[in-house]
Amino acid sequence: MEWETVIGLEVHVSLSTKSKLFSGSDTKFGSEPNTQANIFDLALPGTLPVFNEEALRMAVRFGLAIGAEIGKRSVFDRKNYFYPDLPKGYQITQLDFPTVGKGSLNVTLDDGREKKIGVTRAHIEENAGKSLHEEFSGMSGIDLNRAGVPLLEIVSEPEITSADEAVAYLKKLHTIIRYLDISDAIMALGSMRCDVNISIRPIGETELGTRTEIKNINSFRFVEKAIHTEVLRQQEILEDGGRIIQETRRYDAERDKTSSMRSKEVANDYRYFPEPDLLPIEIDDDYIEAVRSELPELPDAKKTRFCTEYKLSDYDASVLVSTREMAEYFETVAQEGGDAKIASNWVTGDLQALLNKSNLEISESPIEAGRLASLIARIKDNTISGKIAKTVFETMIDNPATVDEIIEEKGLKQVTDSGEIKKLVEEVIANNPDQVQQFKDGKEQVIGYLVGQAMQLSKGKANPGQVNTLLRDKMK
Amino acid sequence: MIEKTVAELSAALSAGDVSSVELTQAYLARIAKHNATLNAYITVCEKPALAQAQKADEARADGASGPLLGIPMAHKDIFCTKGVKTTCGSKMLHNFIAPYNATVVEKLKTAGTVMLGKTNMDEFAMGSSNETSHFGPARNPWDTDRVPGGSSGGSASAVAADLCAIATGTDTGGSIRQPASFCGITGFKPSYGRVSRWGMIAFASSLDQAGALSKSAEDSALLLNAMAGLDLKDSTSIDRKVDDYTSSLNDSMDGLKIGIPRQHFTEGLSADVEQVIRDALAEYEKLGATIKEIDLPNNHLSVSAYYVVAPAEASANLSRYDGVRYGYRCKSPIDLEDMYKRTRSEGFGDEVKRRIMVGTYALSAGFYDAYYRKAQKIRRLIKNDFNDAFKEVDVIVGPTSPHTAFELGAKTDPVAMYLEDIYTIAVNLAGLPGASIPAGLAKGLPVGMHLVAPDFAESKLLNIAHQFQSNTDWHKRKPPICDGEG
Repeated sequence: MEWETVIGLEVHVSLSTKSKLFSGSDTKFGSEPNTQANIFDLALPGTLPVFNEEALRMAVRFGLAIGAEIGKRSVFDRKNYFYPDLPKGYQITQLDFPTVGKGSLNVTLDDGREKKIGVTRAHIEENAGKSLHEEFSGMSGIDLNRAGVPLLEIVSEPEITSADEAVAYLKKLHTIIRYLDISDAIMALGSMRCDVNISIRPIGETELGTRTEIKNINSFRFVEKAIHTEVLRQQEILEDGGRIIQETRRYDAERDKTSSMRSKEVANDYRYFPEPDLLPIEIDDDYIEAVRSELPELPDAKKTRFCTEYKLSDYDASVLVSTREMAEYFETVAQEGGDAKIASNWVTGDLQALLNKSNLEISESPIEAGRLASLIARIKDNTISGKIAKTVFETMIDNPATVDEIIEEKGLKQVTDSGEIKKLVEEVIANNPDQVQQFKDGKEQVIGYLVGQAMQLSKGKANPGQVNTLLRDKMK
Repeated sequence: MIEKTVAELSAALSAGDVSSVELTQAYLARIAKHNATLNAYITVCEKPALAQAQKADEARADGASGPLLGIPMAHKDIFCTKGVKTTCGSKMLHNFIAPYNATVVEKLKTAGTVMLGKTNMDEFAMGSSNETSHFGPARNPWDTDRVPGGSSGGSASAVAADLCAIATGTDTGGSIRQPASFCGITGFKPSYGRVSRWGMIAFASSLDQAGALSKSAEDSALLLNAMAGLDLKDSTSIDRKVDDYTSSLNDSMDGLKIGIPRQHFTEGLSADVEQVIRDALAEYEKLGATIKEIDLPNNHLSVSAYYVVAPAEASANLSRYDGVRYGYRCKSPIDLEDMYKRTRSEGFGDEVKRRIMVGTYALSAGFYDAYYRKAQKIRRLIKNDFNDAFKEVDVIVGPTSPHTAFELGAKTDPVAMYLEDIYTIAVNLAGLPGASIPAGLAKGLPVGMHLVAPDFAESKLLNIAHQFQSNTDWHKRKPPICDGEG
């Protein structure tokens, strides 16, 4: 039987507000346990939540960025359950009236296909603390630094049909969130987390199959692998005539298997009800427009602009806009260096390779945008060839001197003196009579070989264009 | 001197007739003598109180003044007090010392009051007789075999027996007004949101409101002046100008329109209480007020709606008492679930557990619409009833309680106890200000008259109460325990 997969994603993103969602505690990651938990975070009696408006602004930014309906009246609710890292015994979240309503995301798949994936909603809620089960000789430790850190839970429509689509959606979400500067969204640190709901059904079937939920996956790659393995598991069960149990599962990356955590059939009843300690949040059009006016240019718009303004290919533009930092780096290089195409090649080529090799972000690049721009300016004005530029680039990594100083110091300036080039060309013609004859007989491509010989003689410094022209002249 | 009102004590302090230290000593002596019987205080703060009194006297010597400077008072043990145990009447918090002051406590501290101690109460404010306190019931100074009412029973008993000049209380369904009625004192509950709830241990967040138990309406006005106001730490507190609540105390009653709800003078109301209230109403007529019957057609639904909303909120509010971070924890739990179960089974009393179960049930999947949502609808109907009534009258008057203080142990059926608050509960559901003032005696026991005003009409309400007290002396009657003492 042919099967089709239906996936919905729930993504939790930690909003990078300075203080927590309902208390003044710091949200910095990685501090000593319980140093960022005040009396509210500890749920001492009589303490009350006070809403951090910064979280609202960030949620609205996100909503506007995905073209979503913005809830003009958001209501907080209590979700009740007992757990030691949930000090109040309830989580404050938004059930019926989330801040962000229906929106959508355009993703580009590996095969170049575009797909629009719906976002059902995004709501603001508080994070729980952490239970630490090691190091306490059979007991558990509780760290409440994370308790109350604001989260935005982004829920997709069940419109994703493959692992590839899921990953493309997550990457796009990640890009937008980083552009908006509302979260670090680092999956490895838990500031972005993903729950995957998966079901399968025979192709053509309109009813959804029974779904399972895989919780807390913390990398794009694991999302992809978890989906593959879970889809196979469900297929095997159904093809053997079994039935899928609606349940929560965990993904074990080492074994590449999912396993059952708890069955939804005996799941908690969270007994949601409106949070009486907080008033509904009301916002008006002026507020929404003010947030809209602060939005940065988003990746899709930037990509379109790069294609038209800099005449870049679709592919190059999408690579360059994949992070806001890279796009900004590129624009500096293109504008100061005077050639967008060369700038694009360098940023996506040599620079990216360098960063990958040393595992650096573009913001940590050993060669800042201004310096790369000067290098490109020297290519553009024929001071050096593209090939020599690579040597200069290598030198620049550890050498803080300016591009011009490096070129000067190493004597790498391109030879454009026609007298010198004439000598080189004559030498090449004299040394390669066979190839010259072949060219004269119409074997056009031999010119490449001859130019290469001349370049070699000049140790790369000759202007290849000039060499080419002169060679052709001489061989007429 | 200790029987005097805050207004009178304040005048005596300014005149130099007495010092705060002397007053504090007198109250402490009185507490030492009667608290063993009345059990009005859970904690008495002898040394800190004297130190605060000393400070108040020094401040006065340095030129400071203020109506509450140096006044010895008590706080209901539901308000968190920095460095002093706050138990909320529960075993669960028998050892809890907050590292912060409730906003109410902080404001009254700033106003210069002296804290004599923390008063007894029904556990987590759940009760109408003070009998659910883990620390034993407080008693009624008018008859120590009788209850002082609840949940602010300790505060009412202490004020009535002159164990303090004035006290704070909280009122979720009648917890200030009913004990005030039973103990023959003035109880005042402001509009919801008028006084900050920060640091006040939550029972039912949308209903809880702090207020005063005092010897006169004027004293309640003085306390409210210091307590009221927006607090950024409580999102439900109201950003609205705070009146000087004493400024209109002497306004005339001429032309005042009093509404008496038909539904509050029906079966269930004891005849002698009814007579006292009718006599008191006649007093208002003499002062120029007119009286008219009104309808609160949904009043009969208020107790049912309340016993869904309040337990529902309480069931979540009390989840934090889990033995993990503070308060009571059971001995040697074998695992997490065992710790939760035994901590909460052993740490909470029966009434608290009953309400947690009722509230949990009301919020459960499949029951939410039938209970919680419906109760919220009734709440709106009740609010609308009041809105309609206040189009015709300035104030609504009736009995605070269907009868006078009952004997300890007399009410064993929880539902009978819930019906204690039949006249007061609707006021909390609607968020209105309400007061109970002494209106007379029935068989030697105090009867409280219940006054209800529109939202934020505290000044008007206190004015109406004060005018009754300026023309009668029921609020000056003292319980027998005070006989022969100055």
